[in-house]
Amino acid sequence: MALLELKNVSKHYNSTTRALVDVSFAVGEGEFVSVIGSSGSGKTTLLRCINRMIEPSGGEISFGGIVLSGLRKRELRRVRTKIGMIFQQHNLVERLTVIENVLHGRLGYKSTLAGALGRYTREEKRQAQEIIEMLGLKDHMYKRCDQLSGGQKQRVGIARALVQSPRMILCDEPIASLDPGTAKIIMSYLRNICTKWGITLVISLHQVDVALSYSHRVIGFQKGAVLFDGPPAGLTPARIAEIYGSDPVDMVAPLAG
Amino acid sequence: MPDDFFIRRRRRTFLLVSALTALVLASIAITQYDVGRGFSSFLKALLWGLSNFYPDAGSLRRLPDILQKLRDTVLISIASTFMAALFAMVLALAGSRTTRIHAAFTVIARGVGSLFRNMPLVAWAMVLMLAFSQTALTGFLALFLGSIGFLTRAFMETIDEVGENVVDALKATGAASAHIVFQAVLPSSMPQVVSWLLFMIETNIREATLVGFLTGTGIGFLFDVYYKSFNYHAASLIVIVTVVTVLLLETVSNRVRRVIM
Repeated sequence: MALLELKNVSKHYNSTTRALVDVSFAVGEGEFVSVIGSSGSGKTTLLRCINRMIEPSGGEISFGGIVLSGLRKRELRRVRTKIGMIFQQHNLVERLTVIENVLHGRLGYKSTLAGALGRYTREEKRQAQEIIEMLGLKDHMYKRCDQLSGGQKQRVGIARALVQSPRMILCDEPIASLDPGTAKIIMSYLRNICTKWGITLVISLHQVDVALSYSHRVIGFQKGAVLFDGPPAGLTPARIAEIYGSDPVDMVAPLAG
Repeated sequence: MPDDFFIRRRRRTFLLVSALTALVLASIAITQYDVGRGFSSFLKALLWGLSNFYPDAGSLRRLPDILQKLRDTVLISIASTFMAALFAMVLALAGSRTTRIHAAFTVIARGVGSLFRNMPLVAWAMVLMLAFSQTALTGFLALFLGSIGFLTRAFMETIDEVGENVVDALKATGAASAHIVFQAVLPSSMPQVVSWLLFMIETNIREATLVGFLTGTGIGFLFDVYYKSFNYHAASLIVIVTVVTVLLLETVSNRVRRVIM
């Protein structure tokens, strides 16, 4: 059975702009899926609809057999603990240390008081330390995040997602603001997480070549609709041109993505 | 046409300057303010101040009295600032774009903030005097309400600046609102919040002096007493002591700011 399933999901912000149009696909456990498309094609909206950071306008999304659309706040929070998220801008609390930011990944499991006070168990701290070491950040564990480089910050972001013990991680353009060398390191960490830990990855990417070389499967988006869904081998240059469109109107599309 | 652009810009500057000049001239004409006499009497006041308004040996004997009242004033300022900060923080969290539950709270928080802030502190003191008469509580409450107004606005903008990024990230992990506020929003805004607090304490010490005139408490009351009994030497000592206190506090808060940034 698929871990993640989208059925006819749509999203419109107003009557004229439709960010997602009738999107349907399923992702199996342990898959590495890249979502590609030009800016404004709906990649970010798609990812954010999956964990309901953005409320879809229609359709059904299920994760691990649970339909997300009807969930109450508390139930939704419980599902979200199993879905990690990594952002282009890292979205760390810059003034806190690496380990504090990583431990934020445990908040979803905590009571209101324990979480607000930041009381983590010894086991949680040990686990966070282990993940930080695994990502090569051992020397930076007690450094404030505003002292880290972009690549290091993104690794903290990955650690924060991993400490959730997620079944799936959504990565929203995780390498868009990194230099090519650092981007490569981040991508290989992500691939490791998928193959060694068996965590499902859904990752939106700008760079087609990266998507082709790392993922099991590529989903091509254009104007909020799925244009291609299949293994990288099936993605011919003609198809890529189709996804990115030669239409100059695309270049000035609204920056919803 | 680049030439056109510069001509238009020059014309606009000229219009602005003439408008301001007209405004000043009109104000002077309407209020019948004599500019020449204004300057000459300012000089006279200055000379009077230099010859009368300075502490002498006799006034120094009153220093213990003054310092005790000053201590009261400083403590009231600090207490009212911190109490106000608690309420202002709740209002700011409810009203900030980053943390609000509903957009209506922004309007409410802004409204409360504006109401408290835009009413002059002296007016607050006068209104409160009807209820609490001339006590230290009146002064405390006046400062408290004024500070709520100011701090709500300042905190709200600080929290707005934290932005949605971090909040989004924690929301996505399944964290609850309380977690997000205490683990992300407050740590991120702490330097600015402390900075505003220190600023507010400084301001409140100055304001407390003025409010003290009315409520008959603290250092303001003492100033009033000395001034009205023509003891200008003692009154001047109070001014000097207050200024020194505020300067001292400013130095301390600047240092604190540098450490916590």
